[in-house]
Formats: sequence, structure tokens, C-alpha cells
Amino acid sequence: MIRFLLKGLLRDRSRSLLPFTTVVLGSALTVIGFSWINGAMSSMIESGARFSTGHVKVTSRAYAKEADQAPNDLALAGVRALTAVLAREFPALDWTPRITFGGLIDIPDEQGETRVQGPVAGLAIDLRRPGSPERGLLNLDKAVVRGRLPARPGEILLSDGFATRLGVGPGATATLISATMYGSLVVQNFTVAGTVRFGVAAMDRGAMIGDIEDMRGALDMADSAGEILGFFRDSPYRRDEAVRTAAAFNGAHGGDAGEFAPLMVTLHEQSGLARMLDFATQVYTLMLVFFILVMSIVLWNAGLMSSLRRYGEFGIRLALGEDHGRLYRSLIAEGAVVGFAGSAAGTAIGLAVSYYLQNTGFNLGSMLKDASIIVTDVLRARVTPASYVIGFVPGLAATFLGKAVSGIGIYKRETSRLAKEFEG
Amino acid sequence: MTRPMRWWLVAAFTLLSAAVAAAAGAQAPDGAAVLRRVDENMGADNKVTTSEMIIRGRRGSRTVSSQSWIQGRAKSFTEYLDPPREKGTKMLKLEDQLWTYTPASDRTILISGHMLRQSVMGSDLSYEDMMEDQRLVELYDAVIAGEERLGGRPCWVLELTSRGGDIAYFRRKIWVDRERFVVLREERFAKSGKLLKTTEVRNVERMKDRWVPTRVNFKDALKDGSGTEFIVKSMEFNAAIPEHLFTKASLR
Repeated sequence: MIRFLLKGLLRDRSRSLLPFTTVVLGSALTVIGFSWINGAMSSMIESGARFSTGHVKVTSRAYAKEADQAPNDLALAGVRALTAVLAREFPALDWTPRITFGGLIDIPDEQGETRVQGPVAGLAIDLRRPGSPERGLLNLDKAVVRGRLPARPGEILLSDGFATRLGVGPGATATLISATMYGSLVVQNFTVAGTVRFGVAAMDRGAMIGDIEDMRGALDMADSAGEILGFFRDSPYRRDEAVRTAAAFNGAHGGDAGEFAPLMVTLHEQSGLARMLDFATQVYTLMLVFFILVMSIVLWNAGLMSSLRRYGEFGIRLALGEDHGRLYRSLIAEGAVVGFAGSAAGTAIGLAVSYYLQNTGFNLGSMLKDASIIVTDVLRARVTPASYVIGFVPGLAATFLGKAVSGIGIYKRETSRLAKEFEG
Repeated sequence: MTRPMRWWLVAAFTLLSAAVAAAAGAQAPDGAAVLRRVDENMGADNKVTTSEMIIRGRRGSRTVSSQSWIQGRAKSFTEYLDPPREKGTKMLKLEDQLWTYTPASDRTILISGHMLRQSVMGSDLSYEDMMEDQRLVELYDAVIAGEERLGGRPCWVLELTSRGGDIAYFRRKIWVDRERFVVLREERFAKSGKLLKTTEVRNVERMKDRWVPTRVNFKDALKDGSGTEFIVKSMEFNAAIPEHLFTKASLR
């Protein structure tokens, strides 16, 4: 039967070429779209996790409510003890404290007067402690453009573009003007050890990175931190495990309902990521439904045209005793063959393009230069096992639907009138 | 009725009307006149004050003490004395400019732009509040909105609306002690009508020939906590202040 259908399809190209091309196109676009959205979302999740959210994050309850403003007056206290508890209770994660803060970087002239100022987004990390995961998480060694990483107290990194705008380089003095945890003015001198570029517009616009002990001193935050980030060791974000970890921590530490009690949230619960990921899932689904619908309509029309052209063939087959059901099923089987072949070819093309986009990516830096979301400038597609099968969903579904609808006409042919039709 | 009698009646009525009008005027003077008296009481002498700010935040309270040398309305020099972290921090205000010096960085920084809206030492006072030196009557149109008693004191309630220009608070509502011309309570609003700050005077003392609020609670309506209490510990009027104090060189 299959051989019979294949012969028919190969010998009569007008029967298979348009449906095949349609399925190839639809499947390829589905695979590319799926891999691209997958890659973009992965970039957002990974960049966001490394620079901002962690896979899970512990803050005070009050801080969590206003997390977008990084309110250090609501920071966690007793961070060393809390980090030790986290490391003991959840050893599968690396735990690292951070402080984010805003302010101005003021560059003095020879007389100590302000030469130039610029707003800065500050990040205090566990930078100098041997064994700290931060260098790897932020890929700091590769991010250095000029100078080196801070090795001594009082040294900081500035984002390279920001340092260039301020006209400073390694060795220069930069004064941070900010506010302490209690709201007092901070005017503290630092030495620029080096400049960095992360390829993340939100970080490269105007960032300052310093060691957390230096910043605790500057911001009057002894043994405090705005947040403690947790990362699954050597593995990407796992939503279910993150949810279980947060539930276990909050269950064990939920007895204290005070506003400064610790609260753990997952990556999904921060910065609207849950909404964004749900939106991405909806986009996948819509994309699939759209391709299935469009391809079904095209294939239905192709089927109708084919039915007109094969009007005589169907008549003869019915006259020879083939029943309507068998004819209808053979049409659907034809569709399945075309659908499978088209999906396979479309998937191959889609995967080739997706692998290309995975390796080279698109640099969207100019579009993201004012973005507040933390995402890498170069967005890449991401090919996953699902990319290999996703193209078959619209490919097979559309051919089935198209053939099923267009083939209904077979049942309208009455055997008793066939002889009359042939006479005509 | 005879003609002289009629004249007497007219004269008496005229006098009575004038007296009633005068009495009414005494009870409800012009808003600007009240504001002028408030400005006069606030004074513009040379003075040296020692004060404390008790800052009550969400994490508890802390006390910051300072000494200020003030010359008229345009010049002031403040040195923070305590806590140790703030000790030696100095601020110099000259007309519409404000510099701060911190010994840890040995830097003198001009506070300008959006930084003026920042809190002073984490209190409910902003640098902009500290910079305010113009007479209220020059900045605002005032109308008397009513009378109320506040802490047992009879007060005029004045509504002040900005006369324009760059001003921190577009509208204010003040409760002025009718006898002492001290502002006992104040609400400060943005142009949108949003309440930004309230002040409440908790103690007033007679010093020399004027009434001085010596304990004032400032509350930033946009911040948590129960506000900042500003306490005047001592105030010396007409003090001899060396002119060199009001120079940037004196900050270091």
C-alpha cells in the first residue's frame, strides 16, 4: 500500500509538490521560531540569574516587596550565619551574598574638585575571597578589558564604556557618592583596578563592581547584604527543584513573620520572569496553532484542486469496487506520507538554520542599549531535543486536517451515477 | 425726627460700622500680613546652634548631633559631632549652593540636581529643606482658610500657594500661633496635591525677643518610620562668627 502511494506521489509531482513545499516551509519556520524563542528565553534566564536573580534568592520580607528599588535599608542582617545555614541545609547550591546600590561616581581633578560625574549602578560581590563562585558566575576573568580584577581593599571595576566616558582607566581614583543603609551620605574613594564589558547592555551602561567587604564598610552594612543568591552547582536553572528548595526554606524559617525575617523566592517569582516565560509558552502555542491553521487551509485547497484533477481516477476506483472509506483512508495516508516527508525535510532545514543562529547569533546591542532587562546583547537560538520533533506537529497535523476536509467530497460520489458520468 | 437728631443717628451708625469692620479686620488679617509676621519671628540674625536629630526608621532610631553657625538667611556652616561615623562631616551653604565635606574621603562635593532631594543623614529632612532660605512671603501667596486650636493654642490656618519658579513644595498648609506667630504645624504638598512632608512643633521657647521652636518632628510622607525629631539644644543669638568660616577652605 505504502509503495503504491509512494509511486503515485513520485510519478505525479502535481499531486505532491505543493503540499510537500508547504509542509517543508511550515515545519522549517516552526523549528526556527521554536529554537529562537527557546534561545532568547534561555539567554534572559541565564543572564538574569547570573547578574540579578540567582536560581533562588533570599532577602528580607520587606526587601522582597520593594526588590526593584534595591532598598538597602531593608537588607538582611546576620548574613554570615544565614549563609552558613543555607550551605548546610541546601548543599546542592552555591550561596553568595550581594548588595546592589545606586549613586554617582565622581572623578576629581588635581585639586580634588569634581571633574566629571555620572550615575552608577553598583554591585557588591564576594570578589576577593578564595573559593567564591562569583568570578565564574559573572565570567569576570573574560570580561576584563583593561587592567585587572580587584586584589586589594578599596579597588573596584568600572564598566569599560562608562570608564571611557568618565575619562578614567586603571589606577585612577573614583569617588562613590551614595547612601548608607541608614540613609546617610556616603562619599568614599576607590581605586579603579580595571574595566569590564559583559555584553549585557544593562550592566555595560554604567556599572561599578566592588568587593562586598569594602562596600559593607562604605554603606555601613556590617554583616548585612541586600540579597543572598543561590545557584544550582554546575547546572542550569531547574524550576521544580527551585520551587522545592524555596518551599523547604520558607517552611523551616516561616515562623518569624517579622518584616526583616528571611524569605526565599525562585527565579520565576522575580522581575516578572514568570509572566515572561508564560508569555513565551503562549507564543510557542500560538505559533504552532497558526502554522497548523495556515498550512491546513493551503493543503485543503491543494487537496480540493487535486480532487478535481483526480476526479476521473476516483470515479474509476469507485467503479472498480473500491469503497468510499478505503479511498478516503488512502488519501489520508497519502497526506501522512507527504506530511512526514515534508516535516522531515523542513525540520532538517530548520535545524540547519537554528544551529547557525545558535553559533553566530544576532547582535541586538543597539536595540537593547536603553533596556533595563538584563539580557546579553547577542541573542542566539538554542537547539534542544524538542527542536527535532516540534516541526512534525504542524507538518503532520496540517496534512491530516487538509486531506481529511478536502477528501470528504469522495463520499458525495454516488456509485449509481458513475456510469452516467463516464458517458459524459 | 428733628434734623440734629437724624445727623446724630447717621454719625453713630457710621462709627459703629467702622468699629465692627476694624474688629473683623483684627480677627481675620490679611494672609500675607500673617506670613510677614511669621518671617519676622524666624529672624535672620547671626546665631550658633547646637542640635540633635533623632531619626526614627524601620530598623530603630539613631541620634545625630551637630553644631551650626548661621549668618542671616544665606550662609550657614554645619559640623556633625556624633555618631563617630558622621563626626567631622561638614556642610557649607552659600546662597543657593551646598557643599559637603567628609573626612574619610577628604573630598568636598557640591550637592546639586537630584541629590538635593536626598535625605540628610537618613533623616526626614532633605538638603532642599536645608537650603530653603527665602522668606515665605516672597515665595507664596497666602490666604487664611480658617481658625483652629492646636495644643491649646489659637491658630490661623493659612493655605500657601507657590508664586511660581523652581520650588520644592508647590502648596503648603500652615497652622500659625495667633499670638506668637510661630508655625506649629505644617503640611507640604507637591503640585499634584500629594502630601510630601509634615512638621509638628512640640515645644516652643522664648529666646531673647522671639519665640523659637525647639522641638520639631519632621515626617517625610513617602518614607516609613515615625519621623525625625529635631531638637535645639542651645542657641546663641548675635554670636561673633568669623567670616572665613563661610568659605570652602574651612570645610577641610
